Amino acid sequence: MIVISDVDYFIGPVKILDGVNLELPKGGISALIGPNGAGKSTLLSLIARLMPLQAGTITVDDLTVGACPNNTLARRLAILPQASDAAPLLTVRELVGFGRYPYHKGRPTPDDHAKVEDALEAFGLVPFADRRLDTLSGGQRQRAQVAMTYAQDTGYILLDEPLNNLDIAASRSLMRVLRELAAAHDRTIVIVLHDINYAAAYADLIVAMKGGKIVAKGTPDEIVTEDILKEVFDTDPKVHRIDGKVMIEV
Amino acid sequence: MFKRRLILLAVLLAACTAGYLMLGAQGNWGFVLPFRGNKLAALIIVAVAISTATVLFQTITHNRILTPSIMGFDALYVLILTVQIYVLGAQEYVHLSQAGQFVANIGLMLVASLALFGTLLSRARGDLMRMVLTGIILAVLLRAVTSFLQRVIDPNEYAVVQGASFARFTRIDVELLAVAALLTCCALLVTWRLRHRLDVLALGDTAAINLGEAPKHNMFVILVLISVLVSVSTALVGPMGFLGLLVVSLAHLITPTASHATLLLSSALISALTLVGGQFILERVLGMSTPLIVVIDVVGGIVFLILLLRRKYR
Repeated sequence: MIVISDVDYFIGPVKILDGVNLELPKGGISALIGPNGAGKSTLLSLIARLMPLQAGTITVDDLTVGACPNNTLARRLAILPQASDAAPLLTVRELVGFGRYPYHKGRPTPDDHAKVEDALEAFGLVPFADRRLDTLSGGQRQRAQVAMTYAQDTGYILLDEPLNNLDIAASRSLMRVLRELAAAHDRTIVIVLHDINYAAAYADLIVAMKGGKIVAKGTPDEIVTEDILKEVFDTDPKVHRIDGKVMIEV
Repeated sequence: MFKRRLILLAVLLAACTAGYLMLGAQGNWGFVLPFRGNKLAALIIVAVAISTATVLFQTITHNRILTPSIMGFDALYVLILTVQIYVLGAQEYVHLSQAGQFVANIGLMLVASLALFGTLLSRARGDLMRMVLTGIILAVLLRAVTSFLQRVIDPNEYAVVQGASFARFTRIDVELLAVAALLTCCALLVTWRLRHRLDVLALGDTAAINLGEAPKHNMFVILVLISVLVSVSTALVGPMGFLGLLVVSLAHLITPTASHATLLLSSALISALTLVGGQFILERVLGMSTPLIVVIDVVGGIVFLILLLRRKYR
């Protein structure tokens, strides 16, 4: 379980997060939604210790973010890096191999190699394993990144707007993979999403944020309603329920 | 990876080394070999120090066009030297033992570069253009302050400073060489042990934190290594200008890989090959007295422009 207590965050004089208290349960997919500037990404970055906490505490199970050793947290929690072009020279296998770094510190054991092959297999990356990242499409690169996170073997996986720049096929395939990870591999996924339809379709829990505060938290059925959407996003899209699924009009 | 290319480079380097030591030697071998050997050792120490410092710097700043020299690390060293002579006077300064001067310089260099570049890098690291501009302006500023101080000091003292401000391989101090070799070896050993961590840091800050490495802490460790390496090579032969940029760009061409183990080796070999081979050809084959650094700066400067124009920063 991730417990966030009394977290404030300022950038200069601007308050980005305002006394956030939130518990994210272990297991399943939790989606953070909200308008631009609501503080979703900031909150995710704070959980992943990408930025130092200014006030409040965040714990991941028994580990306190910021107080526990970096490497210990790296075996417990992973954040999917933005599809970066920082390492175009790496092959897919090398990139996935980095997922094992917190365990072997540069000296991979046969077990680490096996886990990497396992991840390549699980994500259908075997045909591309020796291709360089800069020769892959955006969707394939994203998959390689997820495979790396999978190889990192952490209970918690955080993703910050992973669907940006992905077409519908790649988006759906990524969300299904995450579903699968949560269901079959017992991983806890926390994801920032812009498209509420994706959140409604794939998340178990939706947390709505606005102006640095948590506005609502609940199942897709409870959260994706015209009232709450109007309150959170200041716009009034129609919500339809088709075959028991929630869908909003865009 | 690229084992054959590395071996080929090593063989070429060995050939140049042999040629440099033996060719055109007249008279007593017992005199010629140690004499040339010292110079050779200095060339190799400087070559490896510069290439390693450049690789380290490019890794923590995530780019391929900035080098410690371009950012003014060696200008800072010369400034520190000038300030010491300005404050102490050349008499006092020359009275210090060579090794004493050296250690004092490196200590001051560490403090100054951590204060200066540590601040600069923590603020502007994500913004390459801002770093290029700040770095180049900083280097110009450091050189301007240095030359101002050199103008106000006594001409005799100026001669002492001048000796330290230009790259030259003609006068190598043996006592200094031993200290330099020791320090360089220590720094290289630490760097080699960090090679896997460097691979992770090169992935970017988010990825590095995700994998359990703290970019900021590592950046300071690496800045210390860079300061030591740059101080050593500047103390030994003076500022080396575009050498680092030239050899690391070549290393990226010859061994295109993200693995620092390979990159550190190949850039060190190419750097040593450039200096030893270049000196060998200039001195022995062409019999010219043109300082090698002039040639390196011309070629390196062109490479810098090409890299800027091709926008291949990363």
